Amino acid sequence: MDLKEKLVSSFLAFENRVDLDSEVHDIRSQAIKNFETSGFPTKKDEAWKYTSLKGVLKHDYSVFPKHADAIDYKDVKEYFIHDIESYKIVFVDGKYSSHLSKTTHDGIDVCLMSAALTKTKYKILIDNYFNKIAEKDSITSLNTAFASEGAFIHIPKGKIVEKPIQILHFSTGKESATMLQPRNLIVVDENSHVQIIERHQSLTGNPVLTNSVTEIFTNKRAIVDYYKIQNDRQEASLIDNTFISQKDQSICSVHTFSFGGKLTRNNLNFYQKGERIDSILKGVTIIGGKQHVDHNTLVHHIEPNCESHQDYKGIFDQSATGVFNGKVVVNKEAQKTNAFQANNNILVSDKATINTKPQLEIFADDVKCSHGCTIGQIDESALFYMRSRGIPEKEARALLMYAFSNNVLESVKIPQIKNRINTLIAEKLDVNIGFDL
Amino acid sequence: MLKINDLHASVEDKAILRGINLEIKPGEVHAIMGPNGSGKSTLSSVIAGKEEYEVTKGCIEFEGEDIGELAAEERAHKGVFLSFQYPVEIPGVSVTNFMKTAINESRKAQGLEDMPANEMLKLIRQKAEMLEIDRKFLSRSLNQGFSGGEKKRNEIFQMAMLEPKLAILDETDSGLDIDALRIVANGVNKLKSEDNAVLVITHYQRLLDHIVPDYVHVLYNGRIVKSGTKELAHELEEKGYDWIKEEVNA
Repeated sequence: MDLKEKLVSSFLAFENRVDLDSEVHDIRSQAIKNFETSGFPTKKDEAWKYTSLKGVLKHDYSVFPKHADAIDYKDVKEYFIHDIESYKIVFVDGKYSSHLSKTTHDGIDVCLMSAALTKTKYKILIDNYFNKIAEKDSITSLNTAFASEGAFIHIPKGKIVEKPIQILHFSTGKESATMLQPRNLIVVDENSHVQIIERHQSLTGNPVLTNSVTEIFTNKRAIVDYYKIQNDRQEASLIDNTFISQKDQSICSVHTFSFGGKLTRNNLNFYQKGERIDSILKGVTIIGGKQHVDHNTLVHHIEPNCESHQDYKGIFDQSATGVFNGKVVVNKEAQKTNAFQANNNILVSDKATINTKPQLEIFADDVKCSHGCTIGQIDESALFYMRSRGIPEKEARALLMYAFSNNVLESVKIPQIKNRINTLIAEKLDVNIGFDL
Repeated sequence: MLKINDLHASVEDKAILRGINLEIKPGEVHAIMGPNGSGKSTLSSVIAGKEEYEVTKGCIEFEGEDIGELAAEERAHKGVFLSFQYPVEIPGVSVTNFMKTAINESRKAQGLEDMPANEMLKLIRQKAEMLEIDRKFLSRSLNQGFSGGEKKRNEIFQMAMLEPKLAILDETDSGLDIDALRIVANGVNKLKSEDNAVLVITHYQRLLDHIVPDYVHVLYNGRIVKSGTKELAHELEEKGYDWIKEEVNA
């Protein structure tokens, strides 16, 4: 039985465990139909032309992992940003881990999707927001069909949440292969501000496939800063589907740091539903071996006077492959749009590949839209300049690559995250960089 | 200190240097002048160890050691410094951090510990003052958006920080106005001692009014065709290079 059949046939058993009468039931049923009709995307689908799931789908994944043993904080501490006070929502093999978590209902809700889906006090929020901006494509539908657990965050009006919120998904590798489908919902009301860090981490070398869906609603004048740290083990793959709706004058930034994993696909979608909105998409990808990272972004400018800023840097070594597909749509009504997109790449080895494709669909006539992509090698003249000052070649190369990805880090607001990313970059480039740039 | 013997070098099979002989002793200032395309910048790059150039014959000795096979960074560690004609812009690396890395890498090569941070800062401040460099300038990305004059002043600042034994100044005067020229030349003169040497590569004589050479050499067609004292520079300024070309071609 292939993975698709297995998933479809296990849907019934899954539905029996959850509330058949809820409205979400209809959403799930429709979603499994969508998935059943289209199946997993193949390279024939335009949006998946350069990313094949074949190698990832061959494993016999356990779709509902058994309850795992508890894990000790000390064993996984390194995966947290631990030098900062924060809220934590932690899952182990898809199940909530209360002893690793620190949730709250004190003025804000930082808790679980399972609670939001079943408790009546959250019904209005679920009715208004759940699955309202998630696409109906097969991969997202697959997640929707089984949506039951993940992070639920609701920040009411006018709250500046000082502590960042960390969402961590661990997989223990207890099963020979595990499939996880977390579902997150984040609602940030007017004038509020929240910072969120998300990470998926497998703890063994067993294959893991995570198909995650996150919906983020950024209401008027709200600010959301979202950081995705992707530095997983070699047999771990991630399909991240994030959908962001923004209202007037809101600012939402998503930083994606992709440093590891077998296959990583980031479907990052912004919908600007108001005026004077700013959307910020930044990414640093540093991979080697046979790793694959695909950034598939969409910014949909629907109304006038909005901005978007995309800046993705990639460094690819050995046989690593990268994809950047950045789509910007500017509706006819969206006059005075200012959309900026840049994708710069360095291929360190002859065998590394990057496919980069800007895609602009502009229907308004008074807009500023720019895009640029570069693919290059290390600048030899810069290298000689540094070496002539006594900096050895290896360090000079690393320093240049570090500097290359550096401007993406400038917009990281939490110093502890910036330090962590700096450290990870230095590790990836195998060099000791003893200072801040 | 520097002894160049029958040096031939080419780039992409095109011979550029065709038998250079040059000896520079500690405490001396040498100037190499010559028309465009005569090989001046190639000579400086070859001494500094740029890999694009292939040395096809001859050798370069530095303090008695053949440095022909050494990497650029190893030559730097031994005390060779090249002030670039076109300093490279390096976005994302500040002047300060670049200098810290360069100094500590040199120290590492000599088996020394990193320079303590406060000592480093003091040194940077002191040298920046000498070259009348504003402190704000030091936190900017290296050479990025610098004016021509700022770039050159920054080169000499790096020289002051690294205190090389042999400093090669490649067209350091180009892009400098008269005030910047004076500051740069003063900087070089202050760094000058009995133990180090300077090789000035220039098209014009103007810098040599400020950094006075002991010897002047004329490079033409990849060879040193004439050597003399500082008076030769004045003669070249007055008469141009045509008479040299004629002399050589005759």
